[in-house]
Amino acid sequence: MIESQKDFVQKKETLIMKGNLAAAYAAKSARVQVISAYPITPQTTVVEKLSEFVDNGEMPGTQYIKVESEHSVFAAVIGASKAGTRTFTATAGQGIFYAHEMIHWAAGSRLPIVVSIASRGAAPPWNIWADFTDVISQRDTGWLSSFCATHQEIYDEILMSYKVCEDPDILLPKFIAYGGFILSHTSKPVILEEQHLVDKFLPPLPSEEGWPHIWIDPKRPMMFGNLIMPSGFYYEFRMKLHDAFIRAKEKIKSVAKEFEKTFGRDYGNGLIQEYKMNDAEVGVIIYGDLALQMEQAVDDLKEEGYKVGMVKLRHFRPFPSEDIVEVAKKVKLLGVIDRATAFGSQTGGPVSCEVKSALHNTQGTANILPIINGLGGREVTLDQQKNQLKMLVKLFETGEIPKDIIHGTLWDGLLEVE
Amino acid sequence: MVKLKDALESCQEEYFLPGNSCCAGCGLEIALRWAMKALGHKTALVTPASCLNVVVGLWPKAAPNFPFTNMAFAAGAAAATGISAAFKAKNYRFPGKGWDEITTITFAGDGGTADIGIQGLSGAAERNSDQIYVCYDNEAYMNTGIQRSSSTPHGAITTTTTLGKERYKKNLPAIMAAHEIPYVATCSISEPLDLYDKFKKAKSINGCRYIHILAPCPPGWGYQSEDSIDLARLAVKTGSWILYEVENGIMKLSKKSKILLDPTKRIPLIDYLSKQKRFSKISEKDLINLQERIEKNWDQINLELKCQENYGK
Amino acid sequence: MTDSDKWKKINKSVKERPKVQEYKNWKELPPIPISLPIDGSMGTTGDWRTFRPIISDGCNQCGMCWMYCPEGVITRMEDGSFKIDLKYCKGCGICAKECPSNSIDMIRESEIKDD
Repeated sequence: MIESQKDFVQKKETLIMKGNLAAAYAAKSARVQVISAYPITPQTTVVEKLSEFVDNGEMPGTQYIKVESEHSVFAAVIGASKAGTRTFTATAGQGIFYAHEMIHWAAGSRLPIVVSIASRGAAPPWNIWADFTDVISQRDTGWLSSFCATHQEIYDEILMSYKVCEDPDILLPKFIAYGGFILSHTSKPVILEEQHLVDKFLPPLPSEEGWPHIWIDPKRPMMFGNLIMPSGFYYEFRMKLHDAFIRAKEKIKSVAKEFEKTFGRDYGNGLIQEYKMNDAEVGVIIYGDLALQMEQAVDDLKEEGYKVGMVKLRHFRPFPSEDIVEVAKKVKLLGVIDRATAFGSQTGGPVSCEVKSALHNTQGTANILPIINGLGGREVTLDQQKNQLKMLVKLFETGEIPKDIIHGTLWDGLLEVE
Repeated sequence: MVKLKDALESCQEEYFLPGNSCCAGCGLEIALRWAMKALGHKTALVTPASCLNVVVGLWPKAAPNFPFTNMAFAAGAAAATGISAAFKAKNYRFPGKGWDEITTITFAGDGGTADIGIQGLSGAAERNSDQIYVCYDNEAYMNTGIQRSSSTPHGAITTTTTLGKERYKKNLPAIMAAHEIPYVATCSISEPLDLYDKFKKAKSINGCRYIHILAPCPPGWGYQSEDSIDLARLAVKTGSWILYEVENGIMKLSKKSKILLDPTKRIPLIDYLSKQKRFSKISEKDLINLQERIEKNWDQINLELKCQENYGK
Repeated sequence: MTDSDKWKKINKSVKERPKVQEYKNWKELPPIPISLPIDGSMGTTGDWRTFRPIISDGCNQCGMCWMYCPEGVITRMEDGSFKIDLKYCKGCGICAKECPSNSIDMIRESEIKDD
């Protein structure tokens, strides 16, 4: 072990902490080397906690860059990652939109950057509460993205993500999104793992050279990212990004398995997590914090005799089409619940569009009802979720169309002021 | 202070390999050539969108024989901050491998510095990011075909100011000096050895250093390629481009500009402007106005230098 | 379906890596576009010239042409004289203009009879 690494003395402990702090602790456990920071609600406490760690000496050698905008946050992290270090940052909502240019750049540069996102709604109107539109809007940039339903999952997903992203055959950046204020500012117990076990699962960067691949080294000068004519390999370089995504599916599954073996926490197959789908007739696909509450709704309804189940979608990119097809063969009707928008698409909800296209060519799979709820942090209660399930069951059994269907999608929970 | 005959001995290596696609007589190329002679191999260069991005060749060939990263337009200074931080982080974990000896440098055009890049540059300067930020000033957006930037001087014709620019040139070195960074300097390609000295000095200082180089552009300014050095020299001799350094707040004029403290030594501005087609529409009134501004600027410099003397600095 | 190993050679030392990368298809490509430094990245730019600089006998080897050449194609030889690399010289004329002893002539290419 290198001298400097003896300073990390995280022991296994369970602390009660907010979701944002779980992200900060995960970055510390992952031994990130460069962090760039800019505040934005609701992720600010992530970078505040990291600043505390760095100033306290709990992350020796880590460079903490206080930049002046989110565009620069991503630019700094891209530069640092290119030079061969493990990097981390956090942002949300408007910050992602401002940095959009650099988000494309990071993916095209194939840099394994991990960013935690405390998702918030898009402005205008101003909104700082849970809504995954910000992450989903980056779907075509070439970043992997996943959603967290629990505080523990934030910590675990960050550790798993570095392992996936830094694989020499993958090399893609990743967003880890969780609901702003719902997970970021509520407290739950989170298990922090022992450092040497984390180091075994996720080794610090192995040699003084950093990545086993391209980097900035005066002994071997090279130029990165210059012009390529249309007749040159531009098309092929971009195509390789998609190829890496498809390979990432297998890697995510194998890392999730390894994580379970090392730390004992199970996250389905990594891409999706099924819950009581085996004897269900009607199911829902759901992601984010609402998935946790939906488990309770499924349990309650099963006690009443309903045959329902749910699938927690963990990764949006790469989209687990094969797993969704298998799940859709188990039930007759699937509700796909989005907490984000895809304006002008066939359903208005991004995940429901992806599910529909995944099932396109397959026979014997469930019908789909797209559902959207909870935009801009609108509260979705347990009762509301139970009603969603009941409504789906009714639709399946009697064919009764729910009353809030607008343009083919159920916009659940729209206000009607008396 | 390096002399030509010493430079001939010690600076034979070319870091920016010939056969690239710079224009014949390109001011940027001379600036980069001498900057790299001063900085040497252990340099990581970042360049936001500018002429420099494009002249370095098409994939898979490259002209620079040192680590070179192309970067998005507004992201130059921030990316360099990230790179220099990464070297520090690597040096902590793997000391003794020379990671702390690498100079990070951002080489941006005037558009990428004064306009779209100024937020990033101001941020980098405020946090004293450890990099040398170099602005090579060809006084317009030359890569995209000669559009005006905030660094274009008053009266210059560009494709977006076809009657001559109305506003005046943004004084970037003064803005950077106001950020209180350790080192600010201005250079001209007509004094390559002065440029070399300033880069050598910058290399030895830690923190944010800013160097602004006047780099004439033959197609953009409207002159024959052989006159690049001559024009840069005239810019200095008329007193419109002042060579100076500000080190820890103390301003010091460089040799070729110091003699111009005596107004009789300055040559008339018209000698400089008349050689460039981009000033063909400039009026008599404008010329008098511009000449007056130069005189006023020099009066202010005189005052500043006296003030420095009075405070025993 | 993993990346082909052909591109990993560019990670090696300057001596071991290829001078110019050559790939047949997307499978052989590295994940990101990396370019390696080489002379003549834009081809033989000497073809751009309309006028060729020729150093005449009046040269007193002061080195000003070497200092001002933008392309860096003027090199000092062992005996102190200066030679212009005509393969890459773009014919900008700066050397001729700046020569203090007017010892560089710019001769029109079409008038030069090559042996």
